Amino acid sequence: MSEPIRISHIPPIVQKFIALNWGLVFLIVLLACTGFLALYSAAGGQLDPWASRQITRFCIGVLGMVIIAVIDIRVWYRLAYPIYAAGFVSLVVVEIFGHIGMGAQRWINLGFIQIQPSEFMKIAVIMALAKYFHAAAPEDMRSVRFLLPAGLLIVAPIILVLLQPNLGMAVMTGAGGAAMLFLAGAPLIWFIGGGAAVVAAIPLIWSFMHDYQKRRVMTFLNPESDPLGAGYNIIQSKIALGSGGISGKGFLNGTQSHLNFLPEKQTDFIFTLWAEEWGLMGGTALILLIALILMYCMWIAFRCRHAFGRLLAYGLMINFSLYIFINVAMVMGLIPVVGIPFPLLSYGGTSMLAALVGFGLILSCSIHRDAKLPRM
Amino acid sequence: MAETSYIDRDTEREETFSRRAFIIGAVQGGLLALLCGRLVWLQVSQGTRYKTLAEENRINVKIIAPSRGQIVDRFGVPLAVNNQNFRALIVPEQTENLEKSLRTLSGYIDLPEKNVKKLLRQAKQSRSFVPLEINDRLTWDEVAKIEVNLPDLPGVSIDEGEIRNYPFGEATAHIIGYVGRVAKSDQTEEDPLLTLHGFRVGKGGLEKVLDKDLRGTAGSSEMEVNVVGREVRELKQTPTMSGRRVTLSLDAELQRYTQNRMAESISASAVIMDAVTGAVYALASYPSFDPNHFTRGIPAEKWEELLADPTFPLTNKALAGQYPPGSTFKMVTALAGLEQGTINAHNTAFCPGHYTYGDTKFHCWKHAGHGTMNVIGALRESCDTYFYKMSTDVGIDRIAVMARRLGLGDKTGFELTEERPGLMPDQKWKRDKLSQSWHPGETIVCSIGQGYIQTTPLQLAVMTARLVNGGHAVVPWIVGKVGDHPEHQQTWPSLGLNPKNLALVKQGMDEVVDHKRGTAHASQIEIEGMKMGGKTGTAQVKRITKQERALGIKNETLPWRFRHHALFVGYAPIENPRYVCSVVVEHGGGGSSAAAPIARDLLRMTQQRNPAATPLKVES
Repeated sequence: MSEPIRISHIPPIVQKFIALNWGLVFLIVLLACTGFLALYSAAGGQLDPWASRQITRFCIGVLGMVIIAVIDIRVWYRLAYPIYAAGFVSLVVVEIFGHIGMGAQRWINLGFIQIQPSEFMKIAVIMALAKYFHAAAPEDMRSVRFLLPAGLLIVAPIILVLLQPNLGMAVMTGAGGAAMLFLAGAPLIWFIGGGAAVVAAIPLIWSFMHDYQKRRVMTFLNPESDPLGAGYNIIQSKIALGSGGISGKGFLNGTQSHLNFLPEKQTDFIFTLWAEEWGLMGGTALILLIALILMYCMWIAFRCRHAFGRLLAYGLMINFSLYIFINVAMVMGLIPVVGIPFPLLSYGGTSMLAALVGFGLILSCSIHRDAKLPRM
Repeated sequence: MAETSYIDRDTEREETFSRRAFIIGAVQGGLLALLCGRLVWLQVSQGTRYKTLAEENRINVKIIAPSRGQIVDRFGVPLAVNNQNFRALIVPEQTENLEKSLRTLSGYIDLPEKNVKKLLRQAKQSRSFVPLEINDRLTWDEVAKIEVNLPDLPGVSIDEGEIRNYPFGEATAHIIGYVGRVAKSDQTEEDPLLTLHGFRVGKGGLEKVLDKDLRGTAGSSEMEVNVVGREVRELKQTPTMSGRRVTLSLDAELQRYTQNRMAESISASAVIMDAVTGAVYALASYPSFDPNHFTRGIPAEKWEELLADPTFPLTNKALAGQYPPGSTFKMVTALAGLEQGTINAHNTAFCPGHYTYGDTKFHCWKHAGHGTMNVIGALRESCDTYFYKMSTDVGIDRIAVMARRLGLGDKTGFELTEERPGLMPDQKWKRDKLSQSWHPGETIVCSIGQGYIQTTPLQLAVMTARLVNGGHAVVPWIVGKVGDHPEHQQTWPSLGLNPKNLALVKQGMDEVVDHKRGTAHASQIEIEGMKMGGKTGTAQVKRITKQERALGIKNETLPWRFRHHALFVGYAPIENPRYVCSVVVEHGGGGSSAAAPIARDLLRMTQQRNPAATPLKVES
């Protein structure tokens, strides 16, 4: 059944560059610029220390994104498993040698940059699953034997991430993997059953939880019960958001953020800073921009002629959106504080790089949407 | 065939993907809508609430204390003022090395090693931008030294405040009072100033009575603060409103003279007031205390000492000391009898030196007896027998009514709230309080101001004023103006007493000093036009029994606390009296020997200064 790889046409690099999805690039730059403004404000109206470095990183990152985008999709197809393997090894490495950062082992120091491998591992999981499901027959999707390795691809890194421990990242990896299974056509009953199992497990998990963990959950459900302790961040974030009102306090005038009532304003709580200063109008505009980016990515995925590209682009889009949902829901007090950044807005190299790598691959799917990929 | 199957399968998979991708997309759209909804909830529905919370977070309202109002005498002489007070502060974060800075500073001002240690300890416990107080009472010299050397003293600053000062010290302590730290019991109202650290409120005298007028209104400064409380900038300032200036009727120099004049006694008090207007020119209680010791907090042992002193230096005896009026009460008895018609200008009584009522013998102070006395002579020579005889006919109730009309037996209405009411007994009082019926013998004792009767020096001054001002119900006052608002009336209603009777009593009092047989003839003022009249009084504290007298015990040989009180009430000049004066020397012996000479000096000085001629000075 196998057909030799047939490359009908290799467009010159310039043609590829022109073929780049400039609309999406524009939206990404727009999102990043929003972040620069917010970081400029976070520093009290100064480029230092955050905005300037974020701009530098973004410029390098965008270059990387374009390079990833123009590299042939078949290269990424071929490299999917090796990349997964490399990511898995680096996760093991941090587990053993990782630096202590924020109380959990998450970082690899490459000298010029500290890398959090779990960020990239999520992309590797999506890539590997896209490749695994690329040529899957519909009946394969109903076979447990076929789906079991896919499940392992998802579960193995989750276990490592949980060991760090990084609950937020584990949830995101799991959700991303589950979305891939869903898109690839795994039986619906699995998802319904899985969901029911999770709900059924809640009382069991609760009974096994330590007192301090229970307290943390209770604090989330009622942050006012511990206004100076664990509930402080979320109370201050809600005050900042709420006090912004419809039109906001104005650029550089956010009192909660500038007087440091808002913790971590340049990283996890950057959306709060933005919405405090720009109000409901600025906040919804930012969410709208995110919606546009997501729809653009969906459109790219739908236009892709091969399953690998469709699954990869859609999976990466979901991965990106998960950051947004978790981060924004967290700062609004809808879910517990889990320490997930807002990609491209939050100050931080790894999350920005991971987001741009993801967009690079999505753009690659767009450029190479007609590429012929091998079938099993 | 195989090719079509691939296409079919591809189509099937693509359809599955599309369907499921659409579901995910819809979920994502829903989640984004949820986030927007939450944003609307927080920013629109709850916006006002969170705005308030954000403002509470960032705004720290600092209260600024106003200047306390001055208290001045009738000529504008300051009695209570605010002096500048300099504090040295240091902000640890502005120094390179806090300890080094403090050591440098100790070269310029007195800064003991233990204070340095204490400051270093404090610095560890507070945030580095919080100023620490190095010294709270720098001298001018120290201020100058620090100012000159400021370049060597990074982080050091001088803070200027105000501290209450009483230039007349002990002389006005009982009238002006003093200020002190806010106690729990002072926090009865919602004045933010009361919560201010280091704020002082009136604790005694007029400082307490007029506290609300003197205090002023707090200003405020709204500071924007960050999460650790550091002040970022000032948002708004509301200026303070200084307390109101209080002008007293007092003559400060006369007050000082009065206070000093009593210094030869162990414990005494005196009041000088205007017989016509009621203005108090001097009101002194000796011994006194220095109110300036109280403004910074008095040491405990000093406080204990003041409390334990048997002469009660903290009490204003001129209005809170209650004494039997002794013979100074005889005008009341006389006037009651005259108004009643029991006696008149012509009838007389014979004094053999005692009076027997029932089987009780009441002695006159002059055991040899006065002989035949009319009302003028009885007042002049203070004949007890004359009053003993008439009193039972008049009755205690009429005497009590007259006493009250003349201002005894109840608070006069003076501004200082420490004033005590004294006591004017009558039949009802005894029935109510002691559940006993009144004994006529008690009327006899009361007729010469002994027994249950208690009066304050201020009441005695008021009584005298009403007797000599033509029978007007004058009320004493000392607060002339608060701000520029006059506080008191200057004319008073008539008591409706017969002028002839008043004239008789006044003549008796005139002769007390002016007549060669008068009890205070030795204390006359020998300046033409400044002559005084009055009445002596000697109030028994402990009855000397027959047995004691037989043993040779006299008043002078008793322990101090059992000796007689010496009293004198006087007025001057004799024609159209303007000034009245009352003097009580506690356990001082006889009124004519101990109290009358003081009253003479006081009335002479008063007339020389003549404060009534100068209207109250309004703020310049």
